[in-house]
Amino acid sequence: MTTTYTVLSEGLEKRFGDVRALRGLDLAVAEGTVCGVLGPNGAGKTTAVRLLTTLLRPDAGSARIAGHDLVREAAAVRRRIGVTGQDTSIDGDLTGRQNLRLFARLHRVRGAAARAAELLDRFGLTEAADRPASGYSGGMRRRLDLAASLVRRPEVLFLDEPTTGLDPASRTPVWDAVRELTGEGTTVLLTTQYLEEADRLADDIALVDRGRVAHTGTPAGLKSLVGTHVEVVVADADALVTAAGVLDRLTGAEPSFDRERNAVGAVTGDPTLTLPRLVRTLDAAGVPLLDASLRPPTLDDVFLRLVGGPGTPSDHPAEDEERAA
Amino acid sequence: MSTWAYDGTAMFGRQLRRMRNNPGLLVLTQTMPVSMLLFFGYVFGSALAVPGAEYRSFLVPGLLVATASGGVMTGMFQSAQDVHRGVTDRLRTLPVSRAAVPVGQAAADVVVTAAGTVPFLLVGLAVGWRVEGSALGAVGAVALLLLFRFACVWIGIFLGLLTRNEEAAGQLGGATFLLPLLSSAYIPTEGLPDGLRTVAEWNPISAVATALRDLFGNAPVPEGAAWPVAHPVAGSLGWCAVLLAVFVPLAVRQYARGKR
Repeated sequence: MTTTYTVLSEGLEKRFGDVRALRGLDLAVAEGTVCGVLGPNGAGKTTAVRLLTTLLRPDAGSARIAGHDLVREAAAVRRRIGVTGQDTSIDGDLTGRQNLRLFARLHRVRGAAARAAELLDRFGLTEAADRPASGYSGGMRRRLDLAASLVRRPEVLFLDEPTTGLDPASRTPVWDAVRELTGEGTTVLLTTQYLEEADRLADDIALVDRGRVAHTGTPAGLKSLVGTHVEVVVADADALVTAAGVLDRLTGAEPSFDRERNAVGAVTGDPTLTLPRLVRTLDAAGVPLLDASLRPPTLDDVFLRLVGGPGTPSDHPAEDEERAA
Repeated sequence: MSTWAYDGTAMFGRQLRRMRNNPGLLVLTQTMPVSMLLFFGYVFGSALAVPGAEYRSFLVPGLLVATASGGVMTGMFQSAQDVHRGVTDRLRTLPVSRAAVPVGQAAADVVVTAAGTVPFLLVGLAVGWRVEGSALGAVGAVALLLLFRFACVWIGIFLGLLTRNEEAAGQLGGATFLLPLLSSAYIPTEGLPDGLRTVAEWNPISAVATALRDLFGNAPVPEGAAWPVAHPVAGSLGWCAVLLAVFVPLAVRQYARGKR
């Protein structure tokens, strides 16, 4: 069986002045799957989405979206995509309902009013439907934005950091909506800075660093590749050596020390290492233990392991990466 | 209906709905020309003599045109706001004809301007302004006014898409307030020093203001003026044609190009 790729880009390049935002981006998203494009600020995620949604023209390279050439058949691409991004927004001067009706009309959806009502209901916005969207909370705006990109069921949905800036409670409804959509066969390309988000939603992950895909794999594969971070804090400096010996035996990895905090850490891919086992072993060795933790890998760990650096750091996580660059 | 006409109608509806949701702003934009009419008419009017006309009758058409030139500001502010807030990008990801968004915006603006002309002219009537020419002339005057507004909004849309920033557009928009000052909108140009008079008479606002005064029959066409003012109707139509020919393609192209 041959795989159909709904999003297929080859060597996409984009330069803004001196900044090379994309340096040959190759992406392949199979039909009906969710691809998580993961990377820190400034990696080129937003630029990639802006190119793939026809908002920007690539300087070089090509892409096909739902079977249509991104540049030559831009109008056909626009008919098949939905976009919810940091850069795209609903109209705050209109009510939620007016927004959805407008977008439905522009998408030539028959029964625009009924479709708007249906989406408002689905995203829990019926009560706020007739208030101007400028008064919505961040979570409501994002939900309305998501609804706006679904007025005509898109073949490909692009989500550019859909939960950045949202509190954890507001993330869940957005995640639920994305899962529901993929259940209906929509292909999703999602950018995120959060490994957790990619882990929950994506079938495949493309790790982007400095305008290129640095690594691809499944979330589980990526996590097991990086492993779990183990850290213990002990009461005095003398115990550090003993603790390090125990960690070495348990994980088989080279321990790293933080002498100021009397802490020692290591990374393990062993799923049988649980917190009780760790604590019991350390206690049996007579280590005066103050704190112990097992932490799943973060995006920083992934980058440290796979790219050999922290990626491109940023002081302004919420800021548009192009502007930050 | 063709694609761009359908999309344009939808965008036109959006603009009107947007203004209806914000009635305070509408009232405010109407209050401004009315208070200027009363202020200029009674404060400056007592010190100003206009050849062949009452000052307040001279001022009403002038203020109509000055207000219409404010379309540069409204157009600029609205489109910069849309870009800044990401609405423009949202629309650009939709299968919408590229011309539809600015066309809808400009058309909606003209309709709102036309509606705003009514209360202003009622106040004009109250302070002594009259249609002193033919009814056909008066209809022509209003049509010319709206055509000029349409051209001004397109300048604004282009500048707004270019600046992309609400605050910058607001600042720059304030400067458009100065444009009517160097024209015959508020004062006759005959009294100005030669160089300044030439500049003022080549200001499109002067041609349109003179055309309106001529068509309403409020004041005669000044003697020895520059060509667009000496032939005000032809001059105004010419100005509108030039402005539209330049700024419509520029605005549509800028819209299609997007942020970068």
